[in-house]
Amino acid sequence: MSTGVVRPPLGRFAAQHLVARNYLVYRRDWVVFVTGFLEPLLYLLSIGLGIQQLVGDFVLADGSRVTYTEFVAPAMLAASAMNGSLFDATFGVFFKLKYEKVYDAVLATPLRPVDVAVGELVWSLLRAAVYAAAFVAFMAILGLTGSWWALLGPVAAVVIGYAFAGAGMALTTWMRSWQDFDFITLAVLPMFLFSATFFPLNRYPDGVQWLVQLTPLYHGVVLCRGLTTGALGVDLLVAVAYLVAMGSIGLAVSSRRLGTLLLR
Amino acid sequence: MGARPLGQTADRPDVADPPLDVLVHARGLRKSYGQLEAVRGIDVTVRRGEAFGFLGPNGAGKSSTMRMIAAVSTASDGSLRVLGMDPATDGPAIRARLGVCPQDDTLDSELTVRENLLVYGRFFGLSRAEVARRADELLAFVQLGDRAGARVEQLSGGLKRRLTVARSLINEPELLMLDEPTTGLDPQARHLLWDRLFRLKQQGTTLLLTTHYMDEAEQLCDRLVVIDEGVIVAEGSPAQLIRDHSSREVCELRFGVDDHDGVAARLAHLGERVEVLPDRLLVYAADGESVAQAVHDLGLTPRSTLVRRSTLEDVFLRLTGRSLAD
Repeated sequence: MSTGVVRPPLGRFAAQHLVARNYLVYRRDWVVFVTGFLEPLLYLLSIGLGIQQLVGDFVLADGSRVTYTEFVAPAMLAASAMNGSLFDATFGVFFKLKYEKVYDAVLATPLRPVDVAVGELVWSLLRAAVYAAAFVAFMAILGLTGSWWALLGPVAAVVIGYAFAGAGMALTTWMRSWQDFDFITLAVLPMFLFSATFFPLNRYPDGVQWLVQLTPLYHGVVLCRGLTTGALGVDLLVAVAYLVAMGSIGLAVSSRRLGTLLLR
Repeated sequence: MGARPLGQTADRPDVADPPLDVLVHARGLRKSYGQLEAVRGIDVTVRRGEAFGFLGPNGAGKSSTMRMIAAVSTASDGSLRVLGMDPATDGPAIRARLGVCPQDDTLDSELTVRENLLVYGRFFGLSRAEVARRADELLAFVQLGDRAGARVEQLSGGLKRRLTVARSLINEPELLMLDEPTTGLDPQARHLLWDRLFRLKQQGTTLLLTTHYMDEAEQLCDRLVVIDEGVIVAEGSPAQLIRDHSSREVCELRFGVDDHDGVAARLAHLGERVEVLPDRLLVYAADGESVAQAVHDLGLTPRSTLVRRSTLEDVFLRLTGRSLAD
């Protein structure tokens, strides 16, 4: 079954109705929504209050000097965008796909698999953007932003979320059971620890640096750190290109796979 | 499979251009899942305003056929037009005008009863105001008005099915498709649902349903096909099918003996036909009472005797050699 050739009677933004459905569900579970703010915030406070005193200041590539908290905070922003968007796009999609059969019902309407994929992705990104906006505001209050570019933090979070939600949703279409999600955890945790999040790239052994630079979260961290510290460079554009490509491939694979699974 | 590829049916004029009042037009329709051939070449014509049924046991290919007609599954071979369009290319446009009530309830358990209708209606592009108006009407129609704010998990099977029917009507479909609408429901819930479906039928909604209950088929269907192992074995109205494939009456006899075949041989001359089932013998005859009397006159003493009218169950038994309820 092809997913892209048919004329959609609802126009191009049919996916918005699925986003509205998710909003309706979350409006009731606002506690779950609010807890999403907490995790990165707690990391930030623990580092700001404790570790910074032990580590001292950092000199960035462009020669500017930042505190350790200023160095780590953008990495937390990137990591929370990753975690936040992955949750809905993997566990959320799997639950609706296999247990709730939400998409079976959705596809009995004019919506197409691509609308489902886009709808879930947009929803993940909206959440990521809201969390990121709050996080950046908190950074500003704590004096952790060294540039007006930091205002683009939520946009960076959306780009990062796009990459991870797209890829995560695509992988989810191959998941057979909840146990399979351990593979995602297995990929996410090392990335969280070793994507130049807590210490800079040049501290990694030479043979490992290229490996770090291949990971998507590394590019997310580069993007956020560049914006909040104001140390801009070409590497930010590379990061955006990498993340957008990853998300787009994920989205294309997701809508194809959803079609294969649901329109048998 | 190796049959002709999809769409090459122009040599058959009836395929190329079905009349406007034909909502479903299938010719040589097939569906395979790998090695398994679920639907093996069926011809179906459903006209506007009628209630059309697929009667057959589980695994006969009913649901596969329904999914193809509902434009959520591609045909492996044959031609199919739904509402005058091709499901392979016009899926969304077809689905916009269908109501689908699937066998397994696919209600959204994270939403309330009323929200299920509101959200679903929006998928059809209806405005919020219009959806709200229809939701209230439909909840009243299926008698769920007082449960509007309840969570779906709190509903019984019968109420869930009624909500599913209400949901399938939110876009005022031209064709309402119901896959096993009353399977798993208690008798009271079944009758209430039948009553609602009957009203829809009277309002002019075209119904297409599958069932393995002969009473359901007799109650609701103007016309039906008996489907078995992926092929259609008979077609007609319930009364016509019974007339063509069975006697007017049936005498059911239960003996306490293992030797049903031996007894059957002695009864063979009493009716048009004798069927041996694991637990009983069925003697088909125009006058069942006289069969019962004749059995008695032969000196046989069945544990129980029941004379009844022929049903679609008997038609199915005759045509396939098997019972509908497996």
